[in-house]
Amino acid sequence: MHTVVLTKGVPDFREGQVSFDEDGHLERGKTPTVMNPNDKHALRAALQTKVRHGGSVSLMSMGPPGYAEVLQEGMADVYADDLYLLSDREMGAADTWATAMTLATGLENLDEEPDVVFAGFKTADGETGHTGPQTEWCMDWPLVTHVIALDIDEEERTLRAKRLVEGDVKEIETVEAPLPCFVVADPDFEPTYRTAEHRLRYKDLREETQARAEEFGEYLDDETEKEPTDWDHFEMWNHEALNLDPDYIGLDGSPTIVAGVDPIPKAPSEREATMIDPSDEAGMESVFEEVKPYAGGD
Amino acid sequence: MTDDYEHYEAVVVGAGPGGAAAAATLANNGVETLVLERGVEAGSKNVSGGLIYAEQSAPYTIDGLFPNFREEATERPADEYYLHNVAGNKVKTVDMTDLHHTDTEWCDSVLRRRMDGWLEDRVHEMTRETGGGLLTEVRVNGLLREGGEIVGVTCDELDPIKADVIVAADGVNSELARDAGLMDWDEPDEWFQGVKAIVDMPEGAIEERFDIREDEGEAHLFSGDLFEGVRGGGLLYTNEDTLSIGTVFHLDSLVAEQAEPHELLDALLTHPLLAQWLGDDYEEIEYGAKLVPDSKKVAHPSPHEGRLMLVGDAAGQMQAQGPIIKGMNHAVTAGALAAEAFAQAQARGDESTAGELYEQKLRTEGVMDKLRPPQYELASVVGENERVTELGERVVNSPLGRAGLKVAEKTGVLERGFNSPFVMSIMPDTKLPYVTIPTALGEALGDRVTDENTIQPPDLADRIGDLTYDVGDPHIELVDNSFAASGDAVSACPVSATDFGGGCYRDEKVKTNGSEEHLVSLDTQPCVECGTCAIVADTDWDHPAGGKGVEFKQG
Ligand SMILES: Cc1cc2nc3c(=O)[nH]c(=O)nc-3n(C[C@H](O)[C@H](O)[C@H](O)COP(=O)(O)OP(=O)(O)OC[C@H]3O[C@@H](n4cnc5c(N)ncnc54)[C@H](O)[C@@H]3O)c2cc1C
Ligand code: SF4
Repeated sequence: MHTVVLTKGVPDFREGQVSFDEDGHLERGKTPTVMNPNDKHALRAALQTKVRHGGSVSLMSMGPPGYAEVLQEGMADVYADDLYLLSDREMGAADTWATAMTLATGLENLDEEPDVVFAGFKTADGETGHTGPQTEWCMDWPLVTHVIALDIDEEERTLRAKRLVEGDVKEIETVEAPLPCFVVADPDFEPTYRTAEHRLRYKDLREETQARAEEFGEYLDDETEKEPTDWDHFEMWNHEALNLDPDYIGLDGSPTIVAGVDPIPKAPSEREATMIDPSDEAGMESVFEEVKPYAGGD
Repeated sequence: MTDDYEHYEAVVVGAGPGGAAAAATLANNGVETLVLERGVEAGSKNVSGGLIYAEQSAPYTIDGLFPNFREEATERPADEYYLHNVAGNKVKTVDMTDLHHTDTEWCDSVLRRRMDGWLEDRVHEMTRETGGGLLTEVRVNGLLREGGEIVGVTCDELDPIKADVIVAADGVNSELARDAGLMDWDEPDEWFQGVKAIVDMPEGAIEERFDIREDEGEAHLFSGDLFEGVRGGGLLYTNEDTLSIGTVFHLDSLVAEQAEPHELLDALLTHPLLAQWLGDDYEEIEYGAKLVPDSKKVAHPSPHEGRLMLVGDAAGQMQAQGPIIKGMNHAVTAGALAAEAFAQAQARGDESTAGELYEQKLRTEGVMDKLRPPQYELASVVGENERVTELGERVVNSPLGRAGLKVAEKTGVLERGFNSPFVMSIMPDTKLPYVTIPTALGEALGDRVTDENTIQPPDLADRIGDLTYDVGDPHIELVDNSFAASGDAVSACPVSATDFGGGCYRDEKVKTNGSEEHLVSLDTQPCVECGTCAIVADTDWDHPAGGKGVEFKQG
């Protein structure tokens, strides 16, 4: 089984990491870039596939050369084998469509056609949730989204997935799709390892990739001596390598027009509070009246 | 359906010293071996004193199975060994180094998280070579049977696994031994309860206060009147940069005296004798507890059933030789012998004889005689007779008895008695040797300690607060919550106490329809999984699921 996980670097929005200017605009330079948190679910799904069926997991991303570090993080975290970065100036400022075009071409450019391509659900910065499905559309593969559990039948070359269907109540639906297939993992995706054999293999993989990721980390820290691309498990492709027309990628290939950006207003730092003594019956009655509309009753 | 289950030649349950030795020996014999351990890391569930012995007479020792063990996994050697007989502020110290060195190749202090964690890596590597490996965070919850025969194990986290041999090295309160009907958890007098604090020491303090070098260490034991008459004693061992200070008491005595284990530990910690070692700044980094089986009473003479073999604490193979506690070394020997027996039976093409062969090896290698000294069985009939005990108490406390002690000291009989393996092996399980004689010795021959001990050990709430837990579902259920059935746990549980609401067991008076009921309630969140309430209360007692519950960082 050869699987590919699409991932993206996003600003680290965690408290203490992210920094905003006075107008509430994100300060990219001061905020570290990390792997999109939701992509970890995609990586877990790919890892489960590798543990259960063997084969390899590749990580692919489009972005500036600095994303190599994001890929390295992915490798250390979730045991990827090979890393691919689609990167050059022409690809910059792409919207989801142009990104999808580029990624689909990247996937086609791989030596071996993947059996499953996994994407995470929504990025922490764009929040569109479009890139995965649009990439799939470019490739014309079956697509299964919101996947929370996964089973693959290698002989039949089919994939059976449980997916979460949003609605008034969440429902779980089981679907089957032929391979190759495109899968978007839901944040509720839970890998399961119920046999000792799987858990032992998982342990092996962790050891193997931990060592490999460390080695790659050393390459990245030591750029003066070597290029990251000298490393066996890392490839960087520009638009020429992918044979992509610059008019169809990056800013030029992006039909999206951002009309304006409204900063999210800051939460007011002062609140009004009324103190009521619990023994004050009339006061307590007024509390009850206040909260009644929120209680979902009458 | 069961044909779909995974199969390994051997499954070893538990990665303590017994499991590690069994797994390593199986792997050395080319057997495909899977080791299942419930802790997040081996050692994270384990507490011992602990001095690990390598006996000259033992067919297997831990450093024989794991090269570099002493260099990489232990704390300090225990070069000297003293017993302090305490009566109030008077202490008579007896040098027991000779007994300690008898049949001893070496003896080191260990901390279990470090030791077992180190063993885990080696065991995983060795067993991986033969197609198995070691998995943590997997709790085995029972035996898999087919047509009444044991054929494997069932787990919380994994599908059932079949095996040609199952080595239960799951320690005291072995769920597998219970499931097989080989051990019951009924009688408090078959167990000890051990409680221990790890105390951080400033750099250089151990060397200075014990007057030893960095590569030297000491063991100190304590008995006498400092433990409210409870049968048992205290211990202090030097580690690399911490001290292990603990107590080990007969569980039945603890229950009979309704003593609070943490208070008995505090009685030791705050005794003036310890001031010289503890100084003024006391920093306790871990509080832990665990039951200890008394091999004299529970070492199973035939610890196997079908494909199942019990080793170590699971089989009750924990020898208390006077104050000397030998559990880890016997677990190692038994684990390796069980593995060797299976490998030989397998080579002969008749795996079903492995259990018998293991039993035979325990006898011929002399392990059984150490665990259940034949002389004890004889002597205890007399020594544990009530009238004899009463007489002994009177003699020791009489002027004549006191004079006798002095003579014994002068003539060297005293020191020789304490250093005689034979005398230690027939020591009756009564107050006489644990409390009466040591107290009399302290009083008659002791020197007064004038140091002032100013330390303040943390209270139970702080001790619990400092522990790490990943709380899962409740793993112990009260079957009978009447105080009469389960009330003993309120004081005997090392993290509960009468008048303390933050522990596991609480004493409750409930008024219903005018009458008052005396009940106990249980909250397993602060549980340190010592096993005490499995014996002294009416419970359905299981270990928590893999990776859940308390996580010891020291052990
Ligand atoms: C306070 C105290 C002081 C002691 N002092 C000494 C001493 O100085 N010297 C000495 O030699 N001995 C001492 N002992 C005794 C010694 O600790 C034990 O005899 C020894 O640890 C037994 O080894 P074992 O391998 O049989 O079991 P353990 O070391 O208890 O190992 C059992 C392992 O099995 C795992 N396990 C249990 N149930 C399951 C399950 N269902 N599924 C999966 N895994 C499971 C546990 O997590 C654990 O890792 C002391 C004990 C105590 C409590
Ligand atoms: S609840 Fe039971 S097992 Fe847990 S610490 Fe208390 S006595 Fe020990």
